[in-house]
Amino acid sequence: MKLIKAIIRPDKLNDVLKALYRSEVRGLTVARVHGHGGETEPVETYRGMTVKMELTEKVMLDIGVSEPFVEPTIEAILEAAHTGEVGDGKIFVLPVERIYRIRTAEEDTAAVTPVA
Amino acid sequence: MMRRFTLLTVLLLAAGARSVFAQEAAEAAISAPDTAWLLVSTALVLLMTPALAFFYGGLVRSKNALNTMMMSFVAIGVAGVLWALAGYSIAFGEGNAFIGDFSMAFLTGVGVEPNGTIPHMLFMAFQGTFAIITAALISGAVVERMRFGAYLIFIALWGLIVYAPVAHWVWGGGWLAELGALDFAGGAVVHVNAGAAAVVAALVLGKRKDYGRQALLPHNVPYVLLGAGLLWFGWFGFNGGSALASDTFAALAFVNTMLAPAATLVVWTLLDFARAQKITAVGVATGIVVGLVAITPAAGFISPMFALILGGIAAVPSYFIINWRARTRLDDSLDVFAAHGVGGMTGALLTGVFASAAINGSADGLLYGNVAQFGIQALSVVVVFAYSGLLTFAILKVMGLFMTIRAVPKEEGLGMDIVNHGEEAYSTGEGAVLLLDDETPAVISNGKAEREPSLVS
Repeated sequence: MKLIKAIIRPDKLNDVLKALYRSEVRGLTVARVHGHGGETEPVETYRGMTVKMELTEKVMLDIGVSEPFVEPTIEAILEAAHTGEVGDGKIFVLPVERIYRIRTAEEDTAAVTPVA
Repeated sequence: MMRRFTLLTVLLLAAGARSVFAQEAAEAAISAPDTAWLLVSTALVLLMTPALAFFYGGLVRSKNALNTMMMSFVAIGVAGVLWALAGYSIAFGEGNAFIGDFSMAFLTGVGVEPNGTIPHMLFMAFQGTFAIITAALISGAVVERMRFGAYLIFIALWGLIVYAPVAHWVWGGGWLAELGALDFAGGAVVHVNAGAAAVVAALVLGKRKDYGRQALLPHNVPYVLLGAGLLWFGWFGFNGGSALASDTFAALAFVNTMLAPAATLVVWTLLDFARAQKITAVGVATGIVVGLVAITPAAGFISPMFALILGGIAAVPSYFIINWRARTRLDDSLDVFAAHGVGGMTGALLTGVFASAAINGSADGLLYGNVAQFGIQALSVVVVFAYSGLLTFAILKVMGLFMTIRAVPKEEGLGMDIVNHGEEAYSTGEGAVLLLDDETPAVISNGKAEREPSLVS
């Protein structure tokens, strides 16, 4: 079991969701986040005040998956979130100790296996 | 000019005179009530362009909100200045049947002398507000992907090459006026004209990169409603002021401007309900605009009861074309063609049906046995649509030889606000670092600063 954390461009979210759906990855959580990943910073001007936006808007996905789904999930995100420019994001793969499905109290792999 | 001609006819008939000479218009004195109403109307019509900014701005995604609103606001600058420099003269100069001349370029001879019953320069300003909003209307077809600089050049050229001549045909004593085409406040000149330009511009630019792949949703529906409300308010000046007098025609146009969109709104909600059992807010706002567009050519020519009928009928074609268009590859993003092109055509044609000489003192429509009027209306719509479409195509193609007209996919992804304007509509300020003068990068290319060495990890 792994927890896959992916940080991607907001305008790539729909593509990633579509790719994950095709790989039959069903359970995920999405959050809008701000971050910095080494990309160039846009400069904005408001009434003569010039500012540099150090944090860019990103979207973070949290996906808990069982072992057979780890590689397909990573591949789907790598392909769908890719533009080739700095700022495409990161994928972190974390080990997971235990998983529970609250509704049924199922554990671990059963908890992240989609209900048919 | 049709509207002035109509007014004059009535005045002369009332005085028992039968002949109409153009020279007599110049002899009329300035009327204080007429001038007062036109002063107010000019301000009302100018307000329609910021109103359109909200209407359009609410319909796009948040990353393009400022750019979309700016496309309307800058039209006040570009089209407004060019109107004074040359556009007014091309539209209302003596010229020939097809185009005016440059006799009034730089407002030469446009002073406070009477033009009809109002000062000439007030007439020029009133007409200028029409030129401004017509250019801004087109932006709805190209939002979220057209480069801002290219847009500025486009509306500048379009105002002079397309809008001004068409205004001359209908209002400046051109051939459509001679033919007797009825266009009270700009159904053909403003709305069919902008609608044709919109559909062509959308085709030339191509669809947005995400169009048809993702749901591109309105980011602020309350803005859309605010814009529709302010448009309606301004439209009382657009139609009421087009009587060019504070008289019974102004009152008729004003009342029709209230009633027709109300009927369109009702029919639109019924269609919405029939389709999905839900009455949508965006639908109500769109219905209002379609009703306003449709009553524009007819406002001073038909009775209020027929205005209700016209408004109700006008909802149907636009409603179904919007629903059909969304499933095609034609990315007329904010449905300028369906709302303004189709609404304007419906209105112009129905003007030729419902017009009544008993009401307007000049021409009957189909319903009163004058079949020819319907034909003239249809001809005016077809000719204006074709001219505007062809010239818009030519302008954009020629521009394409010298510059890049649309944004690249990467810019589209980032959003037009940051790329074109270096601003965000809804900035949180988180992570914004104030740049002092000595830190400001010398070259800001494409809205990006070169990274400072200290930040490189």
